[in-house]
Amino acid sequence: MKKIIALVLSLVLVVGAFAGCGKSDEKVIRYLNFKPEIAEVYEEISKAYFEATGIKLEVETAASGTYEQTLKARMATKEMPTLFQINGPVGYSAWSDYCADLSDTEIYSHLSDKTLAVTSGDGVYGIPYVVEGYGIIFNDAIMDKYFAFSGRKTKITSTEEINNFEILSAVVEDMQANKDKLGIKGVFASTALKPGEDWRWSTHLANLPIYYEFKEGNINLTSDKVKDITFSYGENFKNIFDLYLNNSTTPSSKLGSVDGNTSMAEFALGECAMVQNGNWGASQILGVEGNTVADSDIKFMPIYTGVEGEESQGLCIGTENFLCINSQVSEEEQKLAADFLMWLYGSETGKDFVTNDLKFITGFDTFSADEQPTDVLAKEVISWMTKPGIETVTWDFTVFPSQIFKNNFGSSLLKYAQGSMTWEEVSEQVVADWAKEYDLQN
Amino acid sequence: MQKSLKKYFAIFALPTVIAFMIAFVIPFIMGIYLSFTEFTVITNTDFVGLENYIKIFTVDDSFMNALWFTTKFTIVSIVTVNVFAFGLALMLSRGIKGTNLFRSVFFMPNLIGGIVLGYIWNLLINGVLGIFDVDITYKAAYGFWGLVVLTNWQMIGYMMIIYVAGLQNVPSDVLEAANIDGASAPQRLFKVTIPMVMPSITICTFLTLSSSFKLFDQNLALTAGAPGMETSMLAMDIYNTFYLRMGFEGVAQAKAVVFFVLVALIAYIQLRITRSKEVES
Repeated sequence: MKKIIALVLSLVLVVGAFAGCGKSDEKVIRYLNFKPEIAEVYEEISKAYFEATGIKLEVETAASGTYEQTLKARMATKEMPTLFQINGPVGYSAWSDYCADLSDTEIYSHLSDKTLAVTSGDGVYGIPYVVEGYGIIFNDAIMDKYFAFSGRKTKITSTEEINNFEILSAVVEDMQANKDKLGIKGVFASTALKPGEDWRWSTHLANLPIYYEFKEGNINLTSDKVKDITFSYGENFKNIFDLYLNNSTTPSSKLGSVDGNTSMAEFALGECAMVQNGNWGASQILGVEGNTVADSDIKFMPIYTGVEGEESQGLCIGTENFLCINSQVSEEEQKLAADFLMWLYGSETGKDFVTNDLKFITGFDTFSADEQPTDVLAKEVISWMTKPGIETVTWDFTVFPSQIFKNNFGSSLLKYAQGSMTWEEVSEQVVADWAKEYDLQN
Repeated sequence: MQKSLKKYFAIFALPTVIAFMIAFVIPFIMGIYLSFTEFTVITNTDFVGLENYIKIFTVDDSFMNALWFTTKFTIVSIVTVNVFAFGLALMLSRGIKGTNLFRSVFFMPNLIGGIVLGYIWNLLINGVLGIFDVDITYKAAYGFWGLVVLTNWQMIGYMMIIYVAGLQNVPSDVLEAANIDGASAPQRLFKVTIPMVMPSITICTFLTLSSSFKLFDQNLALTAGAPGMETSMLAMDIYNTFYLRMGFEGVAQAKAVVFFVLVALIAYIQLRITRSKEVES
């Protein structure tokens, strides 16, 4: 008898350890979310969707910067995500086994600009769900203070007149010289170059020279012509990067330990007049305690680098967020996921969430002109997108060959800022790294 | 008693054995298998043979650089941690006032997680270097010594406790006899005390060796490899290889296997050497 009890007890112990691994038959959509800042909104959406359809939406959010890790881990489980996202063609090459063809889905038929989707052959494998823009965010109040300042050396009287690098640098340098009178520590927020936080330069800013190079060479981003670059517009990168470094709140030698949040906080506290970032940064500015910047004073201007004809250049607008449906789950589950997307981006309730809570600028024709997010930077992006005579810079950094390429570039920029690397060395390294990494990835 | 122990051994050991299999043996075997494959998701693999192992050395020097950096770091920290820990243990086993308080204070850093420690020391070091208008990313040497200081601060307390226990086990009659025979203090330390605490030394060098070699969170939080990848240690190099290039998961896995063999080999040699020096009283 005792023996049996002992056996039963120890079995219970073992079985207990596996409790919770049971499977249920209810309909579930599993979504692995990329954006931690909106994780809470998805909980609301999930509730609303369950009420509307009776289908459960399980949203898991990967912590900042760990999306690939989380995705790799989740894909190895039985309960793999039905909906996930990739960052463009490079992401697609890694996840092609898991991306279902979306060309017959309803949501794809509503995508206004079909060239934005990730395609391969005749198939469509990733649908962009949010359009974002970045440029130089400036504090209009400080700019006005400068324009009203009697001792200024430039003849510029409004930010509207800044439309190329020459004017921008003249204004910035004059502002820096008078920073005490303007009540700022520097014109630009710290060029945060802490490892892992350097993407605003090694990815976003680097987009400009690459964009111009590809544009000049008429290079199709999906062709293998992107296998090497000459970095011919590197000097332009240097122009603006030097401007950031030399007219900053922080000395260049200390930039290796500054992170992105710090520089956004400097902007929010009115310690600087400008910072390079995108419309997602609005919450970072308005959410900072002691924020002194009024909503209406947050404006965007394009990143001018001294390229000929840049007067008509706009913001950098594009996306690196492409939704994919997992091809390894059952047809039925794939259908559920597609239906959910259509609900989120097509139904009144769903669209309300997208516009007002997720604050996404989307590229779907289901949204009318008045159904756009109303936060200040998003509005600015939309207005730059539609400005007549302005050419938007596309996000060509989605073809940057690998994260190592970006990291190496970032650390070279740090060394350049610290003075231990010359610009020639940086640009040689960029060219060599690109070719090498492209080769390794393909 | 003996008999019933034998009878129920299997049943009582079962949960632990299963847990050990799931959490250790199976992942370990899978890991070795994965190092011979190309994969993105571990359930979906293509066998590629030794290709991954070749790529470790042909694609770039990151592994060799990390190995060299880790070796230097390990040697320096084994020496410093053990010398300081032993010194503290000697001081704190003399029965001076407040011994228990000091022991607790020195042990405390060990209770703080590596990531937190890394960030704390990052702030401290940058605060000091800030006076000279530079920061820890400025030179690889800063990161190296930062790591050494951090590791010392964290591990000394733990090793000290082990040495204290060892020192308390040194029989006082032997020391007394040496004293009467006219041995000087250094002689007593090197000829009597140290040989007697050899078992503690074995344990402490083993622990410092393996944890310095496998250091990851402190490295990530303190320097994250900056400048460039010059201060990234082996564990971090493996992590970076896994996540930063598409299609290199297998190579990272191969690095991990090489890493395991290295750590096991070095630790084994170290154990053999220090064990042979142990004596009976």
